[in-house]
Amino acid sequence: MKMHSWGRYPVSDTVLEAPRSRESFARHLTALRDSDDRQIIARGMGRSYGDSALSHTVLATKSIDNFIDFDEDSGLLRCAAGLTLDAILQVFMPRGWFLAVVPGTRYVSVGGAIASDVHGKNHHVDGTFCEHVTELTLLLASGDILKCSRAENAPLFHATCAGMGLTGIVLEATLRLRRIHSSAIEQRTIRTNSLEEAFEKFEQNLDCTYSVAWLDCLATGQNTGRSLLFLGEHASDERFVTPRKRSLSVPFSSPSFLLNRYSMGLFNNVYFHKPIRAGQLQRIEAFQYFFPLDSIQHWNRLYGRRGFLQYQCVIPDEGALEGMRKILNMVSAAGKGSFLSVLKKFGPANQNLLSFPMRGYTLAMDFKFEQGVLPLLDDLDRVVADHGGRLYLAKDARMSAEFFQSSYPHWEQMRELRREFFADSLFHSLQSQRLGL
Amino acid sequence: MKNILVIGANSAIAKATARHYAEQKDSLYLLARDPEQLAVQKDDLMVRGATSVECAAFDATDFTSHGPLIAQALETLGHFDIVLIAHGSLPDQALCESDFNVALEAFNVNALSVISLLNYVIKPMQTRRDGCIAVVTSVAGDRGRQSNFIYGAAKAMVSTYLQGLRGRLFPDNVAVVDIKPGFVDTPMTAHLPKGALWAQPEQIAQRIVKGVEKRSSTVYAPGFWRLIMFVVCSVPEVIFKRLKL
Repeated sequence: MKMHSWGRYPVSDTVLEAPRSRESFARHLTALRDSDDRQIIARGMGRSYGDSALSHTVLATKSIDNFIDFDEDSGLLRCAAGLTLDAILQVFMPRGWFLAVVPGTRYVSVGGAIASDVHGKNHHVDGTFCEHVTELTLLLASGDILKCSRAENAPLFHATCAGMGLTGIVLEATLRLRRIHSSAIEQRTIRTNSLEEAFEKFEQNLDCTYSVAWLDCLATGQNTGRSLLFLGEHASDERFVTPRKRSLSVPFSSPSFLLNRYSMGLFNNVYFHKPIRAGQLQRIEAFQYFFPLDSIQHWNRLYGRRGFLQYQCVIPDEGALEGMRKILNMVSAAGKGSFLSVLKKFGPANQNLLSFPMRGYTLAMDFKFEQGVLPLLDDLDRVVADHGGRLYLAKDARMSAEFFQSSYPHWEQMRELRREFFADSLFHSLQSQRLGL
Repeated sequence: MKNILVIGANSAIAKATARHYAEQKDSLYLLARDPEQLAVQKDDLMVRGATSVECAAFDATDFTSHGPLIAQALETLGHFDIVLIAHGSLPDQALCESDFNVALEAFNVNALSVISLLNYVIKPMQTRRDGCIAVVTSVAGDRGRQSNFIYGAAKAMVSTYLQGLRGRLFPDNVAVVDIKPGFVDTPMTAHLPKGALWAQPEQIAQRIVKGVEKRSSTVYAPGFWRLIMFVVCSVPEVIFKRLKL
């Protein structure tokens, strides 16, 4: 069947298999090992943007979506890897628990969040998703099932966290949840008129738990880098509102010409000037704060049939301001930018071999797939490389093997480890092949 | 807090429905074929908030086991507020036509076992003069189509049985809800290509919960199938028999 991920680019010819239980994963794997097709990757919700969850054969983890155990005292939750963050939040938020780290959408699986080592608005304080994973159960290419943690099989643990599914299939995980005293977030919004100012505000607010800036990447000249910085803390009013189910949906691919530099420029302009009461605390529900786009189902269809590319880079602190300014200038000069882009300050990197975040700034932008986008992104790669940065694998669909290998210092260790556990005989995504893993 | 018996608990639709009730802190008793899957589901429902979850393995076509199994469930729960019957199989139509034993098995699983189970469920509910029986049938039972009429006939048997039973139990204040899903994306249909009409098991579960709450008679799931089946059933037989449906 034809398959694509969230960016709807690229599209691959894929055999989809959906094992029904934990036990049947091992059986499927054995059968595949004996067949000619030895290019398999696990897939959760398909929310990575590019080709990291695409391969010849895709094993869907959707049907292993059960909770296993929860300990009220420690906040440790054990669950199957196909469970979504949404399911966890629906059950646990009303009881006063939240995930330690959430990405921009709650419709990702636990396995996917581990494989991409996702980060959230609190990265500068709490690190990545995997830093709150205490243990995971991994199905290896050999068919063996192994427990991995920082104490047990540690090399495999650090390769599997952020490992893009390339070490095996994560079947179960244990996560440490966070106590909350309200389902709401107290938000403070700061409008900044330039990139320098945005950076300054980030540095001034490092003690704030959640911070993220929405940036107008189409603004030019004096306005370059103007943004709205959203700071957030969990409220403590002991009120728990049951989250509403999403309602709006984009039913089919809209003609992509609707999104052009003028319509998006207009949108960004209106958004930037939306009335805010500077410095004042505003109480909003956590789902609205963390997952604004989740309220529109299938929003990726807005970019039309050909889909879109998301470009997310990180640049270390030293060159961040200069690098980001160059990138924004190139994007607005090409007129290719998109809806509001996201800027965020990262804390230090962790030990996971292919983890994306590092101390510095990250910028994420959407680009409609159209003529001229790929060369532009190649140009951006050069700027990122010059400033010692790298790209996020969960969003990538096109970077060169050369750029990947020069920007991820532990990639060879990853390749070695894959060889050691025979993962390279079975687990490949279109991405891993492109990147030479 | 309600006491709920779920038969065919490992089916995707039953699973999604049981999860909803668990989150309402209800007590559940699960019957299904695979005991390993049942154990997994029990843990899941307990984490979700169920007051208690017990389970037992069951084979739909072993009719003699039905009585003791239901008795055991009743003893554990005390009484049934809701009984959900959701087990079933999707037989291969061509195979059913060439081998009667396959057709017979399909009737045993999808129709006769349901009637057998209901026999044992009805009495305690009648005595208590309260409760709701929900059975998952199918839109396939509304009209026979050449591609799928063994399955359709089995589901139609259950639907007709439920119509009669509804009347019989009305004076006893026991509701009988016939759930008719359309195409649902479950392991039972994993091998079929999916189009725009396909629904997720969670959507069906929502319809079941609402139907039980309102004590509806027939629930199409999703709701638009009522319209589709109205149209399908309105086509004159002279034309219908010529359609390759």
